[in-house]
Amino acid sequence: MHRSKDELDSLARSQLAELEGKSLSMKDRGQIPVQEMPTQEPEQRIHNMDEVATGYTESQVKVEALRCLQCKNKPCVQGCPVAIDIPAFIAKAAQGDFAGATETIKQSSLLPAICGRVCPQESQCQKFCTVGKMHKDVDQAVAIGRIERFVADWTRENGCDKLPEIAPPTGKKVAVVGSGPASISAAADLRRAGHEVVMFEALHKAGGVLVYGIPEFRLPKAIVQKELDNLTAMGVHIELDFLVGRTRTLSDLMTKDGFSAVFVGSGAGLPKFMSIPGENYIGVFSANEYLTRSNLMKAYDVGKSHTPLFESHKVAVFGGGNVAMDAARTAIRLGADEVTIVYRRTEAEMPARKEEVAHAKEEGIRFLFLHAPLKIEADDKGRVTGVELIACELGEPDASGRRSPVEIPGTERVEAFDTVIVAIGNASNPLIKQTTPGIETNRRGNFIVDEETCETSIPGVYAGGDIVLGAATVILAMGQGRKAAKAMNRYLATL
Amino acid sequence: MNKILYKEKLSSEVFKIVVEAPLIAQARKPGQFVILQYGGDFGERIPLTIADADPDKGTITLIFQAVGDSTHRLALKEVGDSVDNILGPLGHPTEIKKYGKVVCVGGGIGVAPLHPIAQAMKAAGNEVKIIMGARNKSLLIMEKEMSAIADELIIVTDDGSFGRKGLVTEPLKDLCETWKPDCVVAIGPPIMMKFCALTTKPYGIHTIVSLNTIMIDGTGMCGGCRVSVGGETKFVCVDGPEFDGHLVDWDNMMMRLGTYRPQEQESHHRCHIGLNIPEGEA
Repeated sequence: MHRSKDELDSLARSQLAELEGKSLSMKDRGQIPVQEMPTQEPEQRIHNMDEVATGYTESQVKVEALRCLQCKNKPCVQGCPVAIDIPAFIAKAAQGDFAGATETIKQSSLLPAICGRVCPQESQCQKFCTVGKMHKDVDQAVAIGRIERFVADWTRENGCDKLPEIAPPTGKKVAVVGSGPASISAAADLRRAGHEVVMFEALHKAGGVLVYGIPEFRLPKAIVQKELDNLTAMGVHIELDFLVGRTRTLSDLMTKDGFSAVFVGSGAGLPKFMSIPGENYIGVFSANEYLTRSNLMKAYDVGKSHTPLFESHKVAVFGGGNVAMDAARTAIRLGADEVTIVYRRTEAEMPARKEEVAHAKEEGIRFLFLHAPLKIEADDKGRVTGVELIACELGEPDASGRRSPVEIPGTERVEAFDTVIVAIGNASNPLIKQTTPGIETNRRGNFIVDEETCETSIPGVYAGGDIVLGAATVILAMGQGRKAAKAMNRYLATL
Repeated sequence: MNKILYKEKLSSEVFKIVVEAPLIAQARKPGQFVILQYGGDFGERIPLTIADADPDKGTITLIFQAVGDSTHRLALKEVGDSVDNILGPLGHPTEIKKYGKVVCVGGGIGVAPLHPIAQAMKAAGNEVKIIMGARNKSLLIMEKEMSAIADELIIVTDDGSFGRKGLVTEPLKDLCETWKPDCVVAIGPPIMMKFCALTTKPYGIHTIVSLNTIMIDGTGMCGGCRVSVGGETKFVCVDGPEFDGHLVDWDNMMMRLGTYRPQEQESHHRCHIGLNIPEGEA
């Protein structure tokens, strides 16, 4: 049953009236019901690109914050990749000090409005929450991410975002390659230390995966733009249409262009395909292409955008991560009649955020678990007509620790589709590796870095985010960007 | 930035522009391409091969045919206007070395990217013969520039309005028989490159082709440009744009070029109205 924001808010108001001013025991706090995230109604939202989750109201955030037990040992903090002082910011939110709460978060995380929206909280901070443990249900944990989002949005919307202080100029120039979450974080921390920072982005718009990959309905682009505007206001120079490795090589930047150090946050960015027959037929897309057309090129705005969009009726999406959910939900919004997510394992093994899976289900996305594609079929013009699928069962755990799917012979069948979107991850882009002698990578092509400093095999060159981690999360990328910047600031001080 | 300094109409639908792009002019090598984007947030990204560059003046020369929505919009730009975004140079440069005898085959607009390659092949000490083809005389471009490089220049037109009447594959076959080249570089419409590759295959002559597929970012991220080469999926933007013509799955590549044909026809019709190009000619 869908409840409107007004309903949820009036419920929260009455809860708050009862709770405020009382001294609450741990048990009292644990019994406050978790605040539901207001959303656009499914029937409505599948016809627009606007954000699905519309955010807590002030009353809701205060009630939710009161659920926090303020545990002395702060178990949630161990679950946060950047160790935000979670109980401290929640305590401030409970008091209505939203700007103060944001300031607390910003000591550890530069992008709370983004991370509050896209972090997989149920497998990070909220996984360790005592309240969730009391209820033996992670869904009952304090909604840390939603509170984070609220305070960050409130701070931005009320103009309380303070630009950090910039140290006096050091006279040193630093290059940041890429403009996604790792690079944004590194650039901010490097600039704060007084260095001249130039950020190089290959596309015509900055923001990396936050802009070309994650759809508007999950992360409004205005929020990303605000973070980039802040960087510019801090004095970071963003250079678009500049592909390091081609326009200039990394070595050029260091030997000819006067950069004393370089941070590489160029991302994963090379879509994987499955090597099954028919993968190059018309109507088969990487999720990157499908999402980039819609997000970056705004192809969803048919009539205005000059980038064409493939007309789809029955769409199959291969994969079970956030990108698969984003692609499936984009397809529905672009007018597909039926969208099916084909995943080799079961729902329990799906790496996507729980909320995205729930939203996808509400939007009518069909899930075909325990199935693997064998072959893509097409008509004589090469246009996709269907996919041959085989049923799977779960076998022994594989290297990832998840039980691996085993195909069941004799269960092959063909299902009709006109579009296939492959969302099984990205390999690392080989360009910088190919054009930078001496850079060491592992067998998957990811840069090998020192764990403590993020320094690569070339002195002065640091790296972080997906180019190091493989396809990971925004918060991990951001964490590495900050870690690298810290080490770079130390390194630059020695020059 | 990216200001258009010179514009010339080379034929009824082919335009040459010289654009300010100092970094690309410095870095580019024969065989590489750029991606252009213009028209604000809603503009498309289109790949174009680089016909020439002047690193001292900081300019690159682009030659394009107004065939689709976005190239028509580009053709409407005048000297003094800017192209919002140009990214490059992209792709691997042509492998220029001393092969011995090289035939360069250019079809239609393909002559533009072929020009710097032929030039470099000549400079590397090769004997270079050039075959140029077009549908008719009015669509021939850069004849003078090519004849300045070529040890022999052969021109063919489909309708015989200039040079020999016929297809580029006919003189190519003759040369394979009589001159026995060590390398062939063919750039033009996919169907031409396919048949050039088929022509040289029986002679076992190394044949380089340059593919111009659908792409968005040009950096390896979208995978829209993928082609099957020797049974393996390759990305034109980062693995190409040049490949061994004998290994390309041409039929699949040509099929994929038609992915957005229904949508393109719709917008093509719209933009012809602005350019005054008779429908039949484009």
